[in-house]
Amino acid sequence: MTGLAVHAAVEQQAAAAWLQRNAALVRQHRLTDLSLFTEARYTRNPSMADLNTAFQDYPFSFEHFPSGSLVPVPETVRKTGR
Amino acid sequence: MAWIDKQRNVIDFTLSSLLRRKGKNAALVVVYTAVVFVLASVMLFTHALKREASIVLRDAPEIVLQRMVAGRHDLMPVSYAAVVDRITGVSSVKPRLWGYYYDQLFRANYTLLVPDDFRYGGGDIIIGEGVSRAGVTGEGNIMPFFGSDGKLVSYQVKEVLPSESELVSSDLIMMGEADFRALFSMPQDRVTDLAVTVANPQEVLTVAAKIRQQLPDTRPIIREEIVRTYDAIFDWRSGIMLVIFSGALLAFVIFAWDKASGLSAEEKREIGILKATGWETSDVILMKFWEGMAISFTSFTTGLIMAYIHVFFSSAPLFEPVMKGWAVLYPEFRVVPFINFYQMATLLFLTVVPYTTATVIPSWRAATVDPDAVMRS
Repeated sequence: MTGLAVHAAVEQQAAAAWLQRNAALVRQHRLTDLSLFTEARYTRNPSMADLNTAFQDYPFSFEHFPSGSLVPVPETVRKTGR
Repeated sequence: MAWIDKQRNVIDFTLSSLLRRKGKNAALVVVYTAVVFVLASVMLFTHALKREASIVLRDAPEIVLQRMVAGRHDLMPVSYAAVVDRITGVSSVKPRLWGYYYDQLFRANYTLLVPDDFRYGGGDIIIGEGVSRAGVTGEGNIMPFFGSDGKLVSYQVKEVLPSESELVSSDLIMMGEADFRALFSMPQDRVTDLAVTVANPQEVLTVAAKIRQQLPDTRPIIREEIVRTYDAIFDWRSGIMLVIFSGALLAFVIFAWDKASGLSAEEKREIGILKATGWETSDVILMKFWEGMAISFTSFTTGLIMAYIHVFFSSAPLFEPVMKGWAVLYPEFRVVPFINFYQMATLLFLTVVPYTTATVIPSWRAATVDPDAVMRS
């Protein structure tokens, strides 16, 4: 347990520099969101209300299609695009 | 010293007693560990991502101003920037030019962005590591785009953003303003939205209200809402995971309760023999307490260590399908181990304490009965 805490502290220190660089990138380019959910326009910037998005009513509304979190795209669709 | 010696002897006896029923106990430890592993993984992963989002997005624009037309988001007239700039408390207003582009070839959504100081010329672009990976392209290569007029335009990749920034830049493509406007046929007097900086952070809400007053067709989104969005998203996603696993958790609770609260004939006989050889009821309870502690604490520690390795050493491969969805440009990133010790203590309390209590009560019942009756039953 102590080992985990020590490892976490060491890793946090090691990551501090690149986290700062990422924060600087966000500041420099005035970014608003993480590029974690890139599957569609309406999930890319969840904090920005946008045209036809799940979040156009208010920015911190819940994800519109939670089913997307549970069911991956069928293999045939991925291959054929249909 | 005598007290410590007694505890050591009881623990010694407990461990040898556990080893005599090693098959049954090992099965329990495996299931117990798996439950702790799943719960701890979800907690560690979502907390670390929330913390990382809050650190990285701390410097996001204080206010992003969007224009609404007929209740829908629309392009912002550049002239609005001057109106906002005159509001007391506003220190700067910068237009943002950005949009999305769907690449039919790679079936990926890119985010196109115009930086303030694009250091390359017309026809040049900077891409994120995810774009480079998905589009199998790199520095010096050409990337084709279909413009809004349907014509094919090619840009030369001048730079790939460092992979350490993937969490914020995986799908980014940066280009000059002229190229962006030409690609999307965007009018010169329009931008996507405005980024507003407020001199005093205490005045952000007041400034947002003033903007709404002077420009009623706009919608300000403040930074606090951006960070709160990520709290909501990760709570939501971790909630989904926990709901899925709650069935397994309930099954485990029933299994553990049944195992812990009902004593087998062999265990009852053991208690009877111990009592007959001079053990006090309190000694039997002490032994059962250490038995419960040994099983639950071993399972908790093993589950937690496995969850830590799963999340922070191998980037949580079990959660990737949930996080990734249909994304082609999912960033490759290592999660920084930010641990919420309060959360872990809660998990410890909810797993170790109930199990230990459940083992002690039936033993106390068996230990208070006459040893002869217990051995004969």
